[in-house]
This record gives sequence, C-alpha cells and structure tokens, in this order.
Amino acid sequence: MPVQMPDINLVAMLPEIVLSLLGLVLMLMSAQGDENRGGRISMLAMIGLVVAALITVGGKDATGFGSHFINDAFARSMKLLMYLSTGLVLFMSADYMKKHRIDGGEYQVLTLMALLGGMLMASAGDFLMLYLGLELMSLSIYVLAAIQRDELRSNEAGLKYFVLGSMASGFLLYGISLIYGLTGTTAYSGVAAALDPAHGGHMGTALILGVVMVMAGMSFKIAAAPFHMWAPDVYEGAPTSVTAFMAVLPKVAAFAGIFRVLLIAFPSLHSQWIPLVQLLAVFSMGVGAFAAIAQTNIKRMLAYSSIGHVGYILLGLAANSAAGLQSVVTYLAIYIFTSVGAFAIILLLNAGGIGDETEDYKGLAHKRPLLAFLMALFMFSMAGIPPLAGFIAKLYIFLAALQAGMLGIAIVGVLFSAVGAFYYLRIVKFMYFDAAKETETFGMAVGVPMRAILTVTGVIILVWGVFPESLLKWTATSVKAFAM
Amino acid sequence: MLSLVTFLPLVGAFVIFFGIRNDGMARMVAFLVSLVTFVISLRLLTGFDITTHQFQFTEELRWLPDAGISYRMGVDGISLPFVLLTTFLTPICLLASWESIKTRVREYMMAFLALESFVVGVFCALDFLLFYILWEAMLIPMFLIIGVWGGPNRVYAALKFFLYTLAGSVLMLIAILYLGIKAHTFSIPALMALPLSFDVQVWLFLAFMASFAVKVPMWPVHTWLPDAHVEAPTAGSVILAGILLKMGAYGFLRFSLPILPDASRYFTPLIFGLSLVAIVYTALVALMQKDLKKLVAYSSVSHMGFVTIGLFTFNQQGVEGGILQMINHGVVAGALFLLVGVVYDRMHTREIARYGGIANVMPVYSVIFMLFALASAGLPGTNSFVGEILILLGAFLANKAVAVIAATGLVLGAAYVLWMFKRVVFGPVVHEDVKAMPDLSMREVALFLPLIVLVFWIGFYPGPFLALLHASVDNLLMQANTVKAGAVALAQF
Repeated sequence: MPVQMPDINLVAMLPEIVLSLLGLVLMLMSAQGDENRGGRISMLAMIGLVVAALITVGGKDATGFGSHFINDAFARSMKLLMYLSTGLVLFMSADYMKKHRIDGGEYQVLTLMALLGGMLMASAGDFLMLYLGLELMSLSIYVLAAIQRDELRSNEAGLKYFVLGSMASGFLLYGISLIYGLTGTTAYSGVAAALDPAHGGHMGTALILGVVMVMAGMSFKIAAAPFHMWAPDVYEGAPTSVTAFMAVLPKVAAFAGIFRVLLIAFPSLHSQWIPLVQLLAVFSMGVGAFAAIAQTNIKRMLAYSSIGHVGYILLGLAANSAAGLQSVVTYLAIYIFTSVGAFAIILLLNAGGIGDETEDYKGLAHKRPLLAFLMALFMFSMAGIPPLAGFIAKLYIFLAALQAGMLGIAIVGVLFSAVGAFYYLRIVKFMYFDAAKETETFGMAVGVPMRAILTVTGVIILVWGVFPESLLKWTATSVKAFAM
Repeated sequence: MLSLVTFLPLVGAFVIFFGIRNDGMARMVAFLVSLVTFVISLRLLTGFDITTHQFQFTEELRWLPDAGISYRMGVDGISLPFVLLTTFLTPICLLASWESIKTRVREYMMAFLALESFVVGVFCALDFLLFYILWEAMLIPMFLIIGVWGGPNRVYAALKFFLYTLAGSVLMLIAILYLGIKAHTFSIPALMALPLSFDVQVWLFLAFMASFAVKVPMWPVHTWLPDAHVEAPTAGSVILAGILLKMGAYGFLRFSLPILPDASRYFTPLIFGLSLVAIVYTALVALMQKDLKKLVAYSSVSHMGFVTIGLFTFNQQGVEGGILQMINHGVVAGALFLLVGVVYDRMHTREIARYGGIANVMPVYSVIFMLFALASAGLPGTNSFVGEILILLGAFLANKAVAVIAATGLVLGAAYVLWMFKRVVFGPVVHEDVKAMPDLSMREVALFLPLIVLVFWIGFYPGPFLALLHASVDNLLMQANTVKAGAVALAQF
C-alpha cells in the first residue's frame, strides 16, 4: 500500500509560522536581559503582528495538511480582526504592565501564543485542529489571567478559568469523539459528507448529543449563557489588560471556529442547531441585560455586557444566511473597537489610581471632559444608540434575524437591548451628572499610546456609525467563502 | 438646502468642540449659528410650492445600498411647519439660556445645537431608517441637557426620559425593519404605496404606537413628561414641549395614517378614548398642581390630547387643526415655560404659593404672562382658538360624543390656567423676595416678542399657515381613507 504524503502547504500558514517562530525567539529573550527587555519584546511582538498582517492580507486561498488547515477569505478576515485585537491590547497595556511588574516578556509571549491558537481555530478544517487551537489559546489565557503572581484575585481568576475551561474542553472532546465514532472522520468536509441526506444522512440522538457537546464547549469560550458563569469572576480578577484581551480575542476565534463547524460540518443539521443557537442567544441577551444592572464593578459590568453582545452575535448566526454571517463579522469588528476603547479608559484611570467601581467614575466629566466624552461614546455605542457604530452592528443583526423570519426573538432582543441601555447610561450618569469627590482630581497623564488608541477607537466608532459602507463591503467579502 | 439646514447646527457644535474655549464665545457662536439656520430655513418657505403635495427640496445620496437604506431628505406641507418651528424656537431657547446656564456652557451649547440638527433631520427624513436613527440620536443630547443642567431630581428624570422613549422606540425599529424587508427599501414614499394585509397593519400600528404614544405623550404613558419638564432647564423644557412632543404626533401623521390606513381607522376609537382621558384627566391633574412647571407640563399632555383627536378625525378640518394646534402649542407652551423660567431665575422656586402679586412689581412680565395664559386657554383672537375650533369642528364631523367631551377640556383648560395666573400674578405681595424682583430685561422681552407676533398672526389670520398645509393634507387624507388591505381582509373582521 503506497503511503500517501500529506499535502504539506507551508505557504498557506506562513503567518502562523512567522508568529510561532517569533514567539519562541521572544521566549528566549524574556529569559534574560535587563529591566527594560519588556519594552523591546513588546516592540518586536508588534512588528511581528504587522508582518503577519501583511502576509495575511496578501494571502491566497489554499488548503494544507489534508484539509486540516484552510486559508480562505473568511480565515484571513478573522485573523486580521485578531491581529487588531492583540495589537491594540498590547499597545495600550504597556504602562499597565510596567506598573504591575508583569512586563518581563512572558506576558507578550503568552499573548502571541493565544493569538496563534485563535488563528488556528479560524483556519481549522478539522475537529482536531480546532481542539488544538482552542487549547493553545485557552492555556495561554489561563496563565495570563493568573500572571500577577502576588495578587490573590488574579490567581483565583486564573485557577477558576482553568478548572471550568478544562471542563468545557472535556465537553468539546467528548462531542468530537461522538461525532468521530458515528462518522468515522474528524474532518469537517468528511463529517458533512457522511451526514449528507443523500448518503444515509442523519444518525440519531447520539449525533445530536455530539453537536450539543461541541456547542457547549465552544459556548463556554464565548461566554454565552448558560455557560457564562466564569466570565464575571475572571474578568474582575484578571489584570485589566488581560481582561481586555479576553474580551476580544477568544470571542473572535471561537466564533470563527463555530462558524466553520456549523456551516461546513453540520449544514444538513441546521434544523437541529438553529434552535440551539437561538436558545443560547436569548439566554445570553437576557443575562447580559438583567444581570449587568446589579453590578457595581465596571469590569464585572463589562463581563455581563459582553455576554449580552455574544447573544446578539449568536442571533445573527442563527439567521443562517449570508446576511446573518455578514452581520456577525460586522458586529465583531465594531465590538472590538468599542470594547478596546472602553478598556483603554479603564486602564488609564487605573493608572491614575482610580478603582474599578462604577462609583469611582463620578464626576469624571467635570475634571476630564474629553475622557468622559469618549467613555460616553463607547457606552452609547454598546447600548446601540445611533448614530454610533454599535447601532449599525445591532441593526444588521436584527435585519438578518427578521429576514430569516425570527420575529419573536428579534422583539425579545430589542427589548433586552432597551433594558441593557440602563447600565450603560448609569456609567454616563456617574461621569456627567454626579459631582466628583473633593479629593479626586483624575490627574493622570495620558501617554502617546493611549492617545493614539483612544483617538482611533473613538473616531472609528463615530465614522462607522455614520459611514459604515466600507466596513460592510469588507465583511460581505469575508463571508463569501461560505457561499450561501 | 435641507441638508444645510439640518447639519449647520451640528457643524456649529463641532466648531465649538474644536475651536472655542471661552464660554461667552460659545454662547455667541451657538446663537449666531442657530439664527443663521433659521434665516436659511426661511428660504425653504419662500421657495416652497404650496400647490403640490409632492416632497420638495428632495435630496438623495447612496448610503447603505445593500439594505435599501439611503440618505433621502425632503419636506412637504406637513413637515415644513415643524422644521420652521424648530429652527425658530432654537435661537429663542439659546437666548433664554444666556444667563441661566452658568456651568459648562460650551457643552450645553454643543448639546443644544446637536439636538437641533437631529430634530430638524427627523422632520426632513424621507427614509424610514434615517428617521429612526435621528429620532434615537436625539435622545443623547436631550438626556445630557436634562441630566447635567437640570434641577435637583434631574438624574431620575433624565433616565426615565431616556428609557421610556427607548423602550417605545425599539419596537418601532422592528416594525421599520419588517416594512423595509418587505418593500426592499426604506423610502417613505415607497412604503406609503406598499400594500399590507390588515393583520400586519394592526401589529405594525401597535409597534409604531408604542413609540409615538410615548413621545406625544398619550395617557397612560405620559408619566415621564412631568418629571422631565420639571427637572429640565428652562430651554430644555421649551424644546421638549415645543418640538419633541410634536415628533410623536408627526410620526402618526407621517407613518401611521398613510402607511397603515386600515389599522389607523380600526384603532381610531382607542386613540379617541386615550386622548379624551388625557384631555380631561390631565386637565384635572393640572388643576391640582402646586408647581408651576408641573402645571404647564400636565397642560401639555391635555393639549396634545386635542391634537391626537384632530389627527384621527380623518377629515380636513380635524387634521389641519391638529397640525396647527401643534404649532400653536409649541409657541404657547414654549412661552409659558419661558415665563416660568424668568421668575425661576429670580426666585429659584417654582412653587405657585411662593409667588403672588407679581403684577405690582413686574407689570411688563404680567402683561405678557396674561397674554400667553389667555392664548393657552384658547381665547378667540389667539392662535389656540383657531386650532381648537378646527379640531372640534373635525371631531363633530367624525364623532359628536367625542367632540362634546373634548370641549369640556377647553373649560378645564381655562380654569387651571386662569387660576394659576391669579395665584401668581394678582393679589397682594405676600413674600418679601417677590418685591425685590426686577421686571423683564431687554433680552427677555426680545425672547417673547416673536412669539407674541405669532400668537396674534395665527389668531387673526391663519390663512397662510393653513394654505401651506392644504395640498399635503388632502393627499394624506386620500391615502388615509383608502382601503389598503383589500375587501377580503376587512371582511374577516
């Protein structure tokens, strides 16, 4: 029997190769050197991101390793969003890392590794690749959450995330093994072929159990309710720059993974998984809307708010249409900028000694009107108030949902979004309507990286709110790969 | 042209944001910008062709072609008066806040100009989604105006205002998206021609109503209004009563009646019922108020009850009366809030019992107050009389019982306004601090002059105003009286 050589296609995964090599080099660099090595490592990591982004932009459609690895327009778009999230977060956390003495290099390396895992998830064409990517990403983030070794809450967050995350990985693996057992393959295309109604088709309850298990595992990563319990504690306990990272990268990566699993491996099961996704969407929107109201810690509040956002994104996914997919990518892109912007302000205030309680934001508008204005922009955008980008994001989700005939869920969704507006407004209320404590001066300096990040995110929130056409064109081309 | 009127104030806000650090300058720039906007908007009036119901000064730009959303603007005889009312009242509001706003003047001026832009845009939008965007966008500056510069309980009022309106609006969003998907466009003229079955119309009507009724506000969703009015700064109350309330009624006119004619007729009894409750009940509530602003706020709800009755009479008198009454109410309620603001600036209380005998110390003020009090009560010769009589005529044609009950509102209206006037202005001066109040300054007199002119102009010679409406109202009535759903769907009910 001739041994078939796997079609190793290194060019297809050039960005991954560049980043993993860079990660290894940086790891060596972080093991020695002077006090300032953190800055150098961050710089190199950032350059690596730019190089990877350039290679990605120039990439061509290709598959490699026996369809384990897919490089298509969708993967490239999702990767660009991931570079963006990682780059923005690295860029803005420089001061924070230095202050908390976590800029020794491990931080940057772990961030890159998490990114690498996310990229593999976006390109996975096989359940095994998906799992490997997911684990690489998750393990890196578990460690990141606990990176403040002398901080009890950081350790707690890391451990909690690790224990619960391992559980979720277990679910995922169990689901994958069920699917493998029933179809005899782990490749998405192979699974789809085995499930094709033309060749025997549906395989009963065990298969559905497999799909549910896989979805449960993935839902944990995006913190969709009812798999969201970890998020508030971990968001709160982790160092703020890590929280910002957790709020964006794993979401993009996991959604990319879910996309491929549902649309390539299980297209014939859509009548089974759509209700599942709808259920997750409604739960998440509800938890996001109601649970956030009771929060007094801004990181916890944003954790619940991100659960709500995931709900809206899932709603777009449940539409199972080209418009739905486009709305999901649009939402993710806008969500990254809003989220990064909001966390940038939290980091900035944190550097000025202001705590994470929402009450601590009292009177910000009186002392630092521009910062308060930007925060208000991010909050109104998250609440989905026009003319800000967050409205466009929600608009396209609801448009897709209604086109798919999900009237009831869309109504529930908009009502939840009205409920959710309350807690975003409350932040604005603290900043604008309340007087600051006598002693509070909000006198922190705003460094150049922060200025750059806040300008970029603020401008984008405004511009995409009014002129979203370029964004929509880009998202439309990026989901063309799924010819629906 | 329309875009210029709409976005000039916003440009002004940006100029203040980037270019101006000085409070006095910010005041001046904002006032000048709003004045220039008003002058330009007058050009709309001179260039307007009153013989046609077509939308004029239309503009169309590609915006989001995939979803059928465009930037479409245009005015007809129904929207033009509101555009003018907005551009007219804004400079007055800015002038009124000249001295009463002392903190964070730049931000205030920016918020106000942004508000003007969005509101003018709401009235000019010919794309339903554009309308919605501006309709919602307007919440942000108004939220800040109430919350930052308002009275002691401003936070509660601002949140209540925002969440009430938002909760109503999101249902409308779903209805809008539904219509847009069905028609493959969000163009309002195209949607007016869209055939819809009766059942669908009913649901859409209820969704629209959730939004518009909150804004009007109709009983029982009016409760945000007294809070918002009482806590808002004077100019905020003026703009709220003068313009924002009109947006709800405008929504009924522009969308519910022509797009959902069958459902509108079906729900007429409901609208009449709620309006009558509003007229009578809130008038009684107004009688009992101890707070000047609250009294005027409740009177607004009562007056808007007249407006909604007029709009749903489905005849020319009623609809034109309703529109005219909206303009009148904008002028008169706006003036009353300004008048309250004048004494509030001096005494820092709105409690009716704290005043009394003002006629002795502020003769000019008292005369102007009397004028607007009588206008609010609907004295013949003032503008409200014309509007109310037209509405009642229309209501008689549509439903006699409704007209009779609504007419009692006039009596009650006279009662609460005149009683309030008596308690504030007449009688001996009891409180020492009242004695010390100076009469109106030149700036304050200048505020009221244009409003007084309008009161009498519309009161004595409403012809030109009504002529502006005729063609568009006729067309609207034609649309509203067609049976869109078809005989089959109607037969089911």
